[in-house]
Order: sequence, then C-alpha cells, then structure tokens
Amino acid sequence: MKTFNIVLAGVGGQGVILASKILSEVGISQGLDVKQSEVHGMSQRGGSVTSHVKIGSKVYSPLITEGEADIVLAFELLEGMRNKHYLKKGGQIIYNTSRVNPITVSSGAVKYPENIESELKNLDCEVHGLDAFDLSKKVGNTKSANVVLVGAVSKFLTFIDENKWKEVIKSSVPAKVLDLNLKAFEAGRNSVQ
Amino acid sequence: MKELLSGNEAIARGIYESGVRLASAYPGTPSTEILENLASKYKEIYSEWATNEKVALEVAIGASMAGARSVATMKHVGLNVAADPLFTVSYTGVNGGLVLVTCDDPELHSSQNEQDNRYYGKSAKMPIIEPSDSQEAKDFIKEAFKISEEFDTPVLFRSTTRISHSKSIVELGKRVEKDMPKELSKESSKYTMLPVNARKRHPIVEERLKKLSEFGVSSNLNKVEYNSKTLGIVTSGISYQYAKEVFPDASFLKLGLTFPLPAKLVKEFASKVDKLWVIEELDPFLENEIKLLGVNVEKGKNTLPVCGELNQKILRKAFGVKGEEQVFAASENLPLRPPTLCPGCAHRGLFTVLGKLKCFVSGDIGCYTLGALPPLSAMHSTVCMGASISMAHGIRKVFTPDSIKNKTVAVIGDSTFFHSGITSLLDMIYNNGSGVVIIMDNRITAMTGGQENPGSGKTLLSEPTIVTDVFDVVKALGVKHAYQFNSYDLKATEAILKEALDRDGLTVLVCKQPCVLQYKVFKQPLKVDVDKCKGCKSCIKVGCIALNLKEINGEVKAEIDENMCVGCGVCAQVCKFDAIN
Repeated sequence: MKTFNIVLAGVGGQGVILASKILSEVGISQGLDVKQSEVHGMSQRGGSVTSHVKIGSKVYSPLITEGEADIVLAFELLEGMRNKHYLKKGGQIIYNTSRVNPITVSSGAVKYPENIESELKNLDCEVHGLDAFDLSKKVGNTKSANVVLVGAVSKFLTFIDENKWKEVIKSSVPAKVLDLNLKAFEAGRNSVQ
Repeated sequence: MKELLSGNEAIARGIYESGVRLASAYPGTPSTEILENLASKYKEIYSEWATNEKVALEVAIGASMAGARSVATMKHVGLNVAADPLFTVSYTGVNGGLVLVTCDDPELHSSQNEQDNRYYGKSAKMPIIEPSDSQEAKDFIKEAFKISEEFDTPVLFRSTTRISHSKSIVELGKRVEKDMPKELSKESSKYTMLPVNARKRHPIVEERLKKLSEFGVSSNLNKVEYNSKTLGIVTSGISYQYAKEVFPDASFLKLGLTFPLPAKLVKEFASKVDKLWVIEELDPFLENEIKLLGVNVEKGKNTLPVCGELNQKILRKAFGVKGEEQVFAASENLPLRPPTLCPGCAHRGLFTVLGKLKCFVSGDIGCYTLGALPPLSAMHSTVCMGASISMAHGIRKVFTPDSIKNKTVAVIGDSTFFHSGITSLLDMIYNNGSGVVIIMDNRITAMTGGQENPGSGKTLLSEPTIVTDVFDVVKALGVKHAYQFNSYDLKATEAILKEALDRDGLTVLVCKQPCVLQYKVFKQPLKVDVDKCKGCKSCIKVGCIALNLKEINGEVKAEIDENMCVGCGVCAQVCKFDAIN
C-alpha cells in the first residue's frame, strides 16, 4: 500500500499527541508500517503543535513535506490555514471551526483573520468543517474534542477496518472516560460525509 | 512483542535490555524522556537527575569503573558541560560498559545552537554510533555496550530530535543481567590520570581507533545495500530515511558506526559505484572523513545545506529529483503562535516590573527566557546555562551605569542556578561584583516539562530527599544583601528592585513561588468589569493568553477567559481603573 500521510495541527494542550497515537496504533493493528513525528519542548506553553502520521507498507521518512499530505486534520482554524500547503492534489482538509487566539492576537498586535473558513472552503480540495468543541460538549466533556476529530478523520481512512478504531481507543484512554471518548468518536464520525 | 516507540523510549528500552545498572542525566530537550522512561518503566535501573551534565557523566564513569554497565544522557549543548570528563575517560577506558547518549537538535527546535556533536567523538577519539529509527535506537544501544566492553572505550551514541521524537515500530527483547564484581578493583595506573599514567594510555587510545576501524568493516552496524551501481550514497542517522525515499534505486552504504570510518568498506563501496554522494545533516562530517581516505565525493555539502534539518523535499530540490508538486501556497502573514509564559506564571510579574524599569536584563536558560518575547520584551541576552550572572558581572566591570535604565539585572531559575549559576555567583561575590541578581525559584525544572531538582524535595525515583533552599545557599556563599520577594506583588517587587538598583555592591533577590503548571496552583478566575474598563490595553501588555480584547457596542474592552485564568492577579494590578477583580 502506498503511504498515507496525515498532518495534525493544533495548539499545545488540545490533545494533538493523543490523537496521533490513536491514528498510529490503528495503522499498526491493521498490520501496516507506521511512523509518527512531532516536535515538542517549548510548544506546551501555548505554541503551535504539529504531528505527522504516515501509514503504509514500508515507511522511510517520518516527515511529511509540503504537497505530500492526503489529509490535514486541523484542531484549530488558524492552524489549519497555517498547514494547508502540506495537502497534495486531491487531498482533504478536516478542520475544527472553534478558535483559540494566539498571544499575538490577544495582545492586540495583530487581528485573527476573519476569512479563514471561506478561504479553506474555496481550496480546490475536499473540505470538511465541524465544531469539535461543541460536539464534545454535547457528549459530556470538551476535553474529548480531540477524539471527536479522530472520529471525523476515521471516515476517510477507508483502508482501516471500522472495529479497529474502538479497540485502539479502549487501549489508549483511561477506563473511566472510555464511554465518553467512544461517544465523542461516534459524534465526530457521524458529523462528516 | 512489537510496540510503537519514540527514539527516546527505544533508547531507554535498549538500556534496560543491556542490563544497565545506573543512568544519570540532566534534563534537556530532546533527550529528557530517556531518563523519564527508565525511572517510570524499568525499576531494575538506578536512575537520577544530576545537577548538571558533567556530574551526570562522572557518576556514570564511577559506576562503570566499579564494574556496572552505565549510561549518561544529555542534549547536545550539555556535552559542552561534560566535555572535561569526556576527553579523559576516553584514556581510562571502562570496566562495565559506558555509553554517553547525546541528542542533537538540528533546526534548533528547542536550543540555543545546532552544534554537530560528532566532532566530540572524533576529538575525544571514541566510537560514534548513530541510529536511523527506533528499532535501531534500541538494537544499537545494546551493540554500543558490547563495543564499549570489547574495546575498553566509552561510546558516544548520537541521536537527533527527529530520531528521539519520532515513533516507529520496535520488536522488544529481554533484559540480560550482568554480574557485578565482588570487590572494587584498584587499577590505579588505568584510572588515575597523572601524566605518567595518561602518557601510557594515549597510544592505547590510538591503537584502539585502528582496531575499531577494522571492526567497522564486518560490524552489523554498517550495512551495504547494492542496487543500481550508477549512484552510491553514503549516509547515516535520519538522513538515511530521507535518502531512501528520494533515491529508491541507488546503492547505499548506511553507516551506524560513523567514527572511526570502516576505511576498507568505504573504499570498496566507492570502487563499485560510478559516482559517490554523501547525504548527511548539519556539518560535512562523514564527507570530510571519506575525503581523508582519498575517496572522491562528487556531491555532498557542495549541494546540500549545512544549516537546519534535511527532509525528502530538500533532497529532491538539491539533487533535481521530481516528486509530489506543492499545489497550495503557504499563507503569508498569518498571526504567529509563539510559546508564552503560562497564565499565572510567577515570571510574568517580574518581567512586567523589569520592563517598566527599563534596565538591561542578562538572561539564562529556562521558561523565563520567554520574557524576551513581546509583549514583555524584557530580556536582552541569553547564551548558556549559568551565564546570566557571570555576564552581568562582566558588563558591570567595564561599564559604569549613570541611571537605573543602564543597570544590569541577572535573571536565573532554580535548576539553572544549581546547574552552574552557583559558581557564577561565587565568582561575582569573590571579585567584589556589583549589580542585582534575581533567582526565580519555582522549585522545578520547568521548561523541559517539570523535572525534580535539588530544591524540590524529591528524586527522579520519587524518593523524599533533602530540600536545598536557594536562599540559604545564597546567604551561605556570603552575600551581604540577600532578600526574598514575591513577584505577584508588583508594587513590592518594584520597590525592592529599585532599592537594590540604587545600592552599590551586590544584591541577590530570591522569589520562591511554585511553578503553577507543575504544582497546579489555582485560585478563583478574575473578571473584567466592562463598565470600568476603558480599553487602555495596559493589562494586555503582561502577555497572558487568558486575556483578550473584544468589541462591545463599538468599544474595545478587555476580556478574561475563565477556563485559562488561574487568578494570579498580575493583570489586576496594572489596571489603572480597578476594572479587574
């Protein structure tokens, strides 16, 4: 199988790393080779976080470069815009419509661009927006917004058997929040077509 | 059993499987998780946070000399601190296997430079091993210990951010225990490096390099993959992965033991391919070594960049190979999202006052380095661990300030103070230095993710231990004017700072306030009274992500995100209209 590339982009604290872990483990449980790469360190303190997940028969480079991503999964609107050029021709962008203001915006130095969503929608590729924050609130806890987004992206990883997702979520989250996370996954999966 | 492991997790696993008994380290991105994993998963190993990298390596040398397999880990710049023992342990050699793990940071994701630590291996005349993925990270660590014992040498094991922080699939193995000798052997001529002994060790080191070069020819660390002979690529580490993706049909000499070079193997490979290229990140280390063998390198750093990380796209562009075309342009001028001090951080109050007083702030390495970024913009130099104090001392010895504005203030954290700030302060005291030194004691090594240190009362293995109090240390060193202050109280902070700046001689100010993130400090979130708020943006200038501006009926007002605010009260104190409560 040709390598499938997913760029995850968000803000420190949004759960990008756990989502990357679920995607990677699902790939492994499907018997495929997986590489995942992230840069952390200073990112914990409110900075941008990106993570690359590559799934295929044999993966060499752990990095996805510009024009190579099958999917960009954006945990935040602005971070989606910042990473859209990673998409390949015919790629898909799935983004969370809720915003997190960076310090440069909250300090009044620059304005949060108002036209991001319309610009994303005008891209010559498949675009799916969902309010992961609102959907996670509805299932009980906004901390599961990352799993809502995993649910959404799962719809487009057609080479993964559907039952694998729930198995991996079971082994990735604590037992007491498992139900909540499974509901969050379903909510995300049902929110996109 | 197979698991998805990061390079650092795999290195920890390799250390475990090798039967290692002791591991010592000072935290530093991208190396920190190695010891964290050892401490949390592998109880058979004694692991500790050392006060600095030199100490970490020396602790490991002691354990090795006593007969145990031991390891020290650090980030690339940490090896600068540990360079002193490094060069001499190369002469003494080892008893139990000794491996030093250095995690370099090409692209400076979280560092002050991007030095290539392979030069240290060459300089100190010890073997260098470089893995290309997590499986190799684990397997090569085991090989490193074998080499260390077989050749009586410490081994430099070099990872990079992209190896340490990338995950790939690893087949796990079992731990093999190594017996300890019953007694401490006293081989004074081997381990006491008086000139008379060291002189005898040097030729042994030179001989060892020759043997290692021979060993590299047949070692499974080095691998030849013959494919089309029109192009031969010599590579190592993460660069191998990028090169395989771009040149699937080329022949490869993939080096795992990158110093000393297996001369025969390199020459043989070069003779079988039409042209030879070297693909490596940062400096032309392999390239220069290969050229020293008299082998012609057609393309290397004449084609590839020396600065930053490589990736498949950079290779394609440099060598003119077609690949996936970029279809969407990157957006320009998007608002940046730089890291910031956490809401409620004790450093915010200090930098708000330092910014107001406009003095020169000599900074150091830690979360407080973020005080250099806007909107605080209140730090003017940062070079290396501990340098804030010594540099401020140097400035003051040649520059006489005529106003507070021109005065120097050094700012350093607790862990950095213990690491190497103590010796700087001692120098300043001894040499009649003057100026203000501020120690922000948040009782944790915060920037690397919250590791214990001598001030936190707990060891890496979570055992209770003596709390070394920063303020007591300062007084014990002999500082006459040492005072404590609370950076959350802006008026008091300004007053004590002004008093200190007006004083001739040295003043040390210590703020002991716990890290809000690690110690989960939390008070009632504050609220903005929109009727009182005039939209003057004073509060915004403290640089807190819990604060926002919003428009209400055409007027700009401050707003506090109650999910982020921890109620520290710094913004409320800068508000002139009493609008935040």
